[in-house]
Amino acid sequence: MAETINMPKLGFDMAEGTLVRWVKQVGENINKGDVLAEIETDKATVEVESPAGGVVLQHMVEQGTVVPVNAPIAVVGQAGEKVDAAPAQAPAKVETQKPADEKPAPQPKPEEVPAPSGQAAPSPAPSQPAATPSAPVADTHQGTQAPAEATGPIKASPLAKKIAKDNQVDLSRVHGTGPGGRVVRKDVEAALSQPSAVSRPSSSAAYAQVNVTQEDQVIQTTKLRQAIGRRLVESKTTIPHFYVTHEYKMDVLMAMRKQANEYLPDSEKLSVNDFILKAVALTLRQFPNLNATIKGNEVIQFGHVNVGVAVTVPGGLMTVVVKDTDQKMLRQISAEVKTMAGRAREGKVKPDDVDGSTFSTSNLGMYDVEDFIAIINPPEAAILAISSAREVPVVEGGQVKPGWRMKATISVDHRVSDGAEAAQFMQKLAEFLENPVRMLV
Amino acid sequence: MAKITMREAISQALMEEMDRDPAVFIMGEEVGVWGGTYAVTKGFYDKYGPDRIKDTPIAENAIIGGAIGAAMVGQRPVAELMTINFAFSAMDYIVNQAPKLHYMFGGQFKVPMVIRAVGGGGRQLGATHSQTPDAIFAHFPGLKVVSPGTPEDAKGLLKSAIRSDDPILFIEHATMYQVRGDVPDGEYLIPIGQSKVQREGKDLTIVTYCKGLELSMKAAEDLAKEGIEAEIVDLRTLRPLDMGPVLESFKKTNRAIVVEEGWKSYGVGSEIVSRIYEEAFDYVDAPLIRVAQKEVPLPYNRTLEQAALPQVSDIIAAAKEVLK
Repeated sequence: MAETINMPKLGFDMAEGTLVRWVKQVGENINKGDVLAEIETDKATVEVESPAGGVVLQHMVEQGTVVPVNAPIAVVGQAGEKVDAAPAQAPAKVETQKPADEKPAPQPKPEEVPAPSGQAAPSPAPSQPAATPSAPVADTHQGTQAPAEATGPIKASPLAKKIAKDNQVDLSRVHGTGPGGRVVRKDVEAALSQPSAVSRPSSSAAYAQVNVTQEDQVIQTTKLRQAIGRRLVESKTTIPHFYVTHEYKMDVLMAMRKQANEYLPDSEKLSVNDFILKAVALTLRQFPNLNATIKGNEVIQFGHVNVGVAVTVPGGLMTVVVKDTDQKMLRQISAEVKTMAGRAREGKVKPDDVDGSTFSTSNLGMYDVEDFIAIINPPEAAILAISSAREVPVVEGGQVKPGWRMKATISVDHRVSDGAEAAQFMQKLAEFLENPVRMLV
Repeated sequence: MAKITMREAISQALMEEMDRDPAVFIMGEEVGVWGGTYAVTKGFYDKYGPDRIKDTPIAENAIIGGAIGAAMVGQRPVAELMTINFAFSAMDYIVNQAPKLHYMFGGQFKVPMVIRAVGGGGRQLGATHSQTPDAIFAHFPGLKVVSPGTPEDAKGLLKSAIRSDDPILFIEHATMYQVRGDVPDGEYLIPIGQSKVQREGKDLTIVTYCKGLELSMKAAEDLAKEGIEAEIVDLRTLRPLDMGPVLESFKKTNRAIVVEEGWKSYGVGSEIVSRIYEEAFDYVDAPLIRVAQKEVPLPYNRTLEQAALPQVSDIIAAAKEVLK
């Protein structure tokens, strides 16, 4: 029984996705769990796995199409099986009820598909249209068959692919010397020794261009960049932000972190941010109004405390989410952030990684930042911008001495909360950050 | 270091273990008065007597069944199968009883039994007496399968096998008893379940064991004359399989062939190739190649028999193919 595969919903606010690439072509065998296609959402590029095994019988949309959530994208079944699941757009109706469209001619009735004599020669699979009469046959007409199969995947050994990826070599520009023109390791290595085949400009070339007239560059924004733009314009223009900055004494926390890390392997060392996430989550428990969202005249205070962490990824940033942050141990928080951030940077984020945050954080501490403010990540009510912990002169007991200080700024939706509450939150947060042992008990 | 034959190495291992532990005894067809079909136990009967060197009827299920029973009550039997082809008569005991008793009785019983079996073709013994069905036995969890390719390994592994508390199938090759090799002086043991690099090289990895090792070493010598340095990893134990040295070598050479004497389909080579694809995919620079026996019952006719068995020339051809 053929199975129709729909555009999956990958996140609570996803309404549509772009079908970027068909990984499995029509006629190819597919196992349950194999990657069928790649789709791009507002947040990430995600692989769609087939929920069924068999043969890909039909693609219902072309590459590059924006598809609403739950709309059918493909049919998988047994070879030769008749596709009875009509696409949601019901092409039968399109054919019969809209004959007056500007292009009625190329839409013959399924039964009467004329043998495309004359130009029939290039048509590769004569049985294909006949086997799927209810499919949008018109789309498979001459001329539109070419693009999918025109260029196959580049033939290269897995090792060659890996070396190419690690060194940013464009494999399509490498001459393969293996059997059938397969690109093997030595071909990539040869290409690496010739800078021209490498997509990355060599440093000397970049240097040489400094004196040359620099032309304006037009760069097409990525889907992710556009999504960031849309969401943040919406946030900054519809949410009345206000900001409260607080400076935290970090000496004890820094010492405790150092001590804790002496017991941990390199791969599991705790970052300052891990401590902050835990402290924020525990503080949010006492301030449910900041762990919330507004909908019309109602504020929904979330039952879970899921702290989001902004992660820099190629082409933008994403927020990965530590679920129930308040209930997790530091090491667990640390491990989860590491794993999810790694996936995010590789473009392999899982829908669950980026879904469900109730409060976000953004940390620029590693860039020696004194203070900054962040834009609220809708539909949340607040976000915390965390700056660098720095050793600065401080006055204590009339004496000037060195001390570790860190500034953080909370941005809050004024429809939900007021300055006093935000300031109290920041003060309460200090109780954890400045007495970090409280996080452990 | 003394240079001795495979036959002497195995014989020494048996004798040393029998001297060391009175629970060790040998049973099988013609192992006693005749001294063994391949003369491995020559002189044993006179030295140890009929209680410890037991000639049995031609009844393999009785040999293995009896050995299992003895092992369960504390003896350490070494049961000999004149050829591994006769193991099929005792299949239930070998794959369905011995490997599972410890497990199914919740650890109350152990089966410290060694089955020595002679396998392999090349001696014109016909289709039913020339098989290399090692992979069949390596399929069963609970049964360890050992098959050495050098006298040194044969001696050290057999001694370890006799001391092991698990049932072990110890496969020797019918055409390798005269193979000579250096064997360390004095007592030594070689742990079961460890693959070993028998020859170092940088251009390709040859994964093999038993007779395949002998052939691959010769092939490697010829390849070296053409400037191709093959690294040879000897599995020595098929179960538990030690992929460590195989993967380490492959990550260095990125190209591999697997050489075995058994049939190619569903064989040892299939297992090794799958494991490399699963565990070192990003290091694969060329399709892996299996060198194995042709898919026919082994012919009696000498020319046809040699044509069906993997040869040094087949290994050389595969090595060059994988290096393309």
